[in-house]
Amino acid sequence: MMEKVLTEGICKQIEACYPKYPTREAVILPALHLIQEAIGHVPPKAVEELAHLLGVPPARVQDTLSFYGFFAQDEPVGRTRIWVCRSLSCGARGGEELLEYLCQRLGVQPGQTTPDGRITLEVAECIGACDYAPAILAGRVLWKNMTKEKIDQMLETLP
Amino acid sequence: MPTFEPVLLANVGKPDSHTLKVYEAAGGYQTLRRVLQEMAPKEVVDRIRASQLRGRGGAGFPTGLKWSFLPKDDPGPIYLCANADESEPGTFCNRVQMEHDPHQILEGIILACYATGASAAYIYLRYEYPLAYERLQQAVEECYRAGYLGRNILGSDMSLDIYIHRGAGAYICGEETGLIESIEGHRAWPRTKPPFPAVKGLFQRPTVVNNVETLACVKHILERGIEWFQSIGTPPDPSDPRDPGSFGPKVFSISGHVNRPGCVELPLGVPVRELIEQHAGGVWKGRKVKAVVPGGLSTGVLSAHELDTPLDFSGPCKAGCLGLGTGGVIVLDETYSMVDFLHNSCRFFAHESCGQCTPCREGTAWAYRIMQRIKAGRGRLVDLDLLEEIGNSIGIIPGSTICGLADGAAWPIKTTLAKFRDELEDYIRRTNPLGCRNPAPVEALPEWREHQSITGRKLLGAEATI
Ligand SMILES: Cc1cc2nc3c(=O)[nH]c(=O)nc-3n(C[C@H](O)[C@H](O)[C@H](O)COP(=O)(O)O)c2cc1C
Ligand code: SF4
Ligand code: FES
Repeated sequence: MMEKVLTEGICKQIEACYPKYPTREAVILPALHLIQEAIGHVPPKAVEELAHLLGVPPARVQDTLSFYGFFAQDEPVGRTRIWVCRSLSCGARGGEELLEYLCQRLGVQPGQTTPDGRITLEVAECIGACDYAPAILAGRVLWKNMTKEKIDQMLETLP
Repeated sequence: MPTFEPVLLANVGKPDSHTLKVYEAAGGYQTLRRVLQEMAPKEVVDRIRASQLRGRGGAGFPTGLKWSFLPKDDPGPIYLCANADESEPGTFCNRVQMEHDPHQILEGIILACYATGASAAYIYLRYEYPLAYERLQQAVEECYRAGYLGRNILGSDMSLDIYIHRGAGAYICGEETGLIESIEGHRAWPRTKPPFPAVKGLFQRPTVVNNVETLACVKHILERGIEWFQSIGTPPDPSDPRDPGSFGPKVFSISGHVNRPGCVELPLGVPVRELIEQHAGGVWKGRKVKAVVPGGLSTGVLSAHELDTPLDFSGPCKAGCLGLGTGGVIVLDETYSMVDFLHNSCRFFAHESCGQCTPCREGTAWAYRIMQRIKAGRGRLVDLDLLEEIGNSIGIIPGSTICGLADGAAWPIKTTLAKFRDELEDYIRRTNPLGCRNPAPVEALPEWREHQSITGRKLLGAEATI
């Protein structure tokens, strides 16, 4: 038998969501988050296994998965995902230049991961931190009032 | 005028303001206790209705009226969705409240569920708010332990569960029926209305969707009374019999080119100028204002001549904007290009359109492509007419789309063209002196990587000299 993508641990976490919702379909989104968090992406095999676990058609899961740009499909994301905001408040205070700078520093384009698997660079629309524009979300950490110097510092702290 | 005392942000800044202990020490959950003992659900609905509270999430719909659309004597379940998707560019007031005072929102939710008979509430929280998630989660757990949630709350016959449902990076999940679809596990495609959620909403059941700040206001109205609430804000316009006024406090988010970006709670109706000068430290670098977004990107722009506009539900409309929106004020200084503004705006809406309605999907995408071309120095004067045509034809107001995202995309286009057309024309003439009068169709630029639009010059080589 082929090895499962959804480990017993992940399945348990997904099943723990059942009481929150009256339907199994509603568990799809929290489950996708759990899978993305655990293995860095949601490959086709995970889609099939999740569909099986929830008793819904795989197309149902794939439909939801592909709508939300948040979930990576083909490749796992890097250890840290860096979201650079470029919406108006950040854009007007230098967000786009910071994005350019990060592309240069990391040698990747937005949506790509550094070859060592350390960082995935992403563009974000307003992350609700306009009071700290330009803002960057690195994993769970919000970096405020960013400058090129602070980006250098930030990169040093990342695993 | 009596001095204004903030309530929505009153606890922000206190040490450990997010904990139950600190919230209770400031009188937290006393209102819930009293209401459960003294008031019937219908009385709560009537009181909120009489207060004329209007939704803080963008549309300004009267909250009590919305609740009264729920079917009478429904066997249940009824659901409440607390909208904390907050993704409108320039808006972060919900975040500040959730991070610093999550219990205030939870008390509001519990009271609203009591009024509407909802037996479960989902807080739809955008994924990009990890700290708010942590704090809300912790606050919900504290509530279960203290008996404010669960079965027979405080010994009453009310039972309620609150669940936090996290989004996945899509602006459209803030639209109330997109939100409902997203909780159900589907793509967040807004539904055609009617049926409205009050009749057929989450899991096909009667559902109330309210913004989290609206729900926090519910708590304060029940605590302090209608008279207090209506002593704040703008009373109804006597010349307009349909105007319910703009009562109460509002948390404004101020960002962009100001010295002190941040949140401030003020009476509805505060003039834009006062907000910028007295509450945000003025425009940065000693510069002047060029334009101000009054209530989140969707509402469009005010020009520097319109800074006396009062930020209440009708003020921005009178200045040609979509409305008060979220109260997210973005200030742009005199050096900022309105080409950059419109380019940024069109990119946002093109990116966030859910793609369901052709006018919105194609209109936002083409508006963005036109703005890319203009910005890169290949604009034609007729492009502005094209943009105007798109702006006038997409949205619920012209009647061509399912949801209001398209209206939000249209208003920045329309207001920029109405107020800053000269600047756009100048830019086009200056950057494309040979081609600006060309009336014939021209190609969109070859697909660039989106983010590189700012460096269009580099990509286009010597041809485009911006
Ligand atoms: C595209 C779009 C995005 C929206 N985003 C939000 C949002 O993030 N938060 C919110 O409270 N309301 C948002 N709304 C408004 C909601 O549809 C709804 O009117 C609101 O949540 C109702 O709550 P209220 O009456 O308390 O304001 C959005 C509307 C549209 C059309
Ligand atoms: S108006 Fe736009 S965002 Fe709204 S449903 Fe239609 S395509 Fe989707
Ligand atoms: S515009 Fe960047 S956080 Fe809002």
